[in-house]
Amino acid sequence: MSILPQLAFVLILGVAGFILAKRIQFLRRNILLGKAETRNDQTENRWKAMLLVALGQQKMFKRLVPAFLHALIYVGFLVINLEVLEFVLDGLLGTHRLFAPVLGGLYTVAINVFEFLAVAVLVSCVAFLVRRNVMKVERFTKPELKGWAALDANLILVIEIILMFAILTMNATDQILAGRGDAHYLVLGPLFFSSFLQPLFEGLSTPALVAIERFAWWFHIAGILAFAVYVTYSKHLHIFLAFPNTWYSNLKPKGEMVNMPEVTQEVNMMLGIPTEAPTEAPAEIGRFGAKDINDLSWVNVLNAYSCTECGRCTSECPANLTGKKLSPRKIMMDVRDRAEEVGKSLDAGGPGLADGKSLLGDYISKEEINACTSCNACVEACPINIDPLSIILQMRRYVAMEESGTPAQWNSMFQNMETSFSPWKFSPSDRFNWSEKVKEEEMK
Amino acid sequence: MSTYQVPTMAEMAANSQTPEVLFWVGCAGSFDERYKAVTQAFVKILNKVGVSFAVLGPEEACTGDPARRAGNEFLFQMQAVANIQVMNAYEVKKVVTACPHCFNTIKNEYPALGGNYEVIHHSEFLQQLINEGKVTLQGGGEFKGKKITFHDSCYLGRANGVYEAPREVIKALDVELVEMKRCRTKGLCCGAGGAQMFKEPEPGKKDINIERTEEALATGAQAIAVGCPFCLTMMTDGIKNKNKESEVQVYDLAEMIAKDMGI
Repeated sequence: MSILPQLAFVLILGVAGFILAKRIQFLRRNILLGKAETRNDQTENRWKAMLLVALGQQKMFKRLVPAFLHALIYVGFLVINLEVLEFVLDGLLGTHRLFAPVLGGLYTVAINVFEFLAVAVLVSCVAFLVRRNVMKVERFTKPELKGWAALDANLILVIEIILMFAILTMNATDQILAGRGDAHYLVLGPLFFSSFLQPLFEGLSTPALVAIERFAWWFHIAGILAFAVYVTYSKHLHIFLAFPNTWYSNLKPKGEMVNMPEVTQEVNMMLGIPTEAPTEAPAEIGRFGAKDINDLSWVNVLNAYSCTECGRCTSECPANLTGKKLSPRKIMMDVRDRAEEVGKSLDAGGPGLADGKSLLGDYISKEEINACTSCNACVEACPINIDPLSIILQMRRYVAMEESGTPAQWNSMFQNMETSFSPWKFSPSDRFNWSEKVKEEEMK
Repeated sequence: MSTYQVPTMAEMAANSQTPEVLFWVGCAGSFDERYKAVTQAFVKILNKVGVSFAVLGPEEACTGDPARRAGNEFLFQMQAVANIQVMNAYEVKKVVTACPHCFNTIKNEYPALGGNYEVIHHSEFLQQLINEGKVTLQGGGEFKGKKITFHDSCYLGRANGVYEAPREVIKALDVELVEMKRCRTKGLCCGAGGAQMFKEPEPGKKDINIERTEEALATGAQAIAVGCPFCLTMMTDGIKNKNKESEVQVYDLAEMIAKDMGI
């Protein structure tokens, strides 16, 4: 037997591994363009969040139909990858169905389970294509999903369908060949789903069948490796990043805005309050708030790369629902696209962050961030705990404190608060007037 | 018969007294014509039940919430640090407020600046009073048997996970509580959060409070209950916009309880 297929397999595996390693480095560097932030507290709760929200898909089940279809693809992905282990070993060792003799009757059961899942994935992907392209579910028709985003989503679904067909074709031809007594192929028990495909191939000659079977095998394994590389260029990264993303969830109450200690220092000085560390030289004062991705936390950028653009955030956003420009999904896509742009520029020896562009201004407009009611509907809606609100509020801080560019009515509100300690223009001495009436009333 | 009392922290301190709880009134509760009625209703309940409370009166200042949400961290911290100095000087331990924005800010954001208090929203406080039998309801009074819907305010619900206390308070009134299509974790904002209360909305096809009012009206409720001054304004404006003010009223929880108690 020729060793050539084995060499070819090793080569393919090596190339895919090399490209993947490069891509992972690129993504990691881009995510770490964000500012350092430590989120290693409450490890027990973090594991819990990851197990429930990422592995258990807890938040997906707020919408039952897509949750069910998504769960089929997800379980299919996890379980069929067990078969990939056999594929890889077969490829390296030049064997065929390495596990069949070991597992005996159980092997047929396992292959039947894989086939069932392959069909389930196939059906779900078709349903998802229909939801996107025929039913045109509203959250898939928003402006930010035009162009590459829409193509990316459809490509993933089509690739998955083709890969599933490859498995079924491989099993169908494999069993016809086994039935014809070809020594290389093992007769398994009946395979329910692929047997429906057998009539398509039964009329073919043995060499033709071997060619098809081998093609399907190579196509499937090479396809999976190619898909793994493709994922790193795609919104589909969520299949991996959902796990760290949920581990690094914000575990504080959603209403809490992160404090800015660098401001506290100055406020205490202005109010004549002794600070705890007065002698400590101020750390390198960066910008107040966020103008570009390096002003955000690395967790914000991780959030952006984890986003699969499902649009549940946008479909729950009160501003977006009422026709404002703000779309939380677009905020996440913009952060990712800007990180990609900066990363590519750095790799090409370009100026990176100093390219004269910035997240706020070139990607996200003030009109968008000003429309946010900070209601946390987007945060609540995200199936993997992405926090678009944190990014919006950091950008508002930049606009207010570095540009003094908040809307005029907010500036009036600031003035009122500075002069009369209320967002409205009332005299502070009138603050207690409400009590006069009630103090005169007889208690019943 | 005596009149209702509204002691201030300063008065109490002068008499070497410490109240059990500080009632944080908030700017809307102090200045907004409509919301003053809520403040008064809540104070009457506190009097009636005999809760040892005080207010800061003229010493209170905005928590800084809208400044922080609009991006002005300096102004927020100036407000917050000043308030914390006042509260710490009076050795405040427990705070109750009828405003979810004040509630969220004092509870979650003041600790980082040195203000550590037990903070509860008046819906939780009312629920406790009802559960403890301190507030005995007359069976709903004018609300008895009526359909009432509750509008979740974002800073109480999603921001802090308080969904059931206000509902328990409403149910205690022997009314029919009906839910809007979007409620609890999925509740739709009234449109005023994140400092939107203080500016015109960005261009769009609809105002958020109109969208929410339509949802509330779709339940067929005769009253909309809220637990937030901004929500009260937004929903009241929405009802006016729909010319339904004679059919559908908007109330704060404290007003409903006070009405039932006949005070």
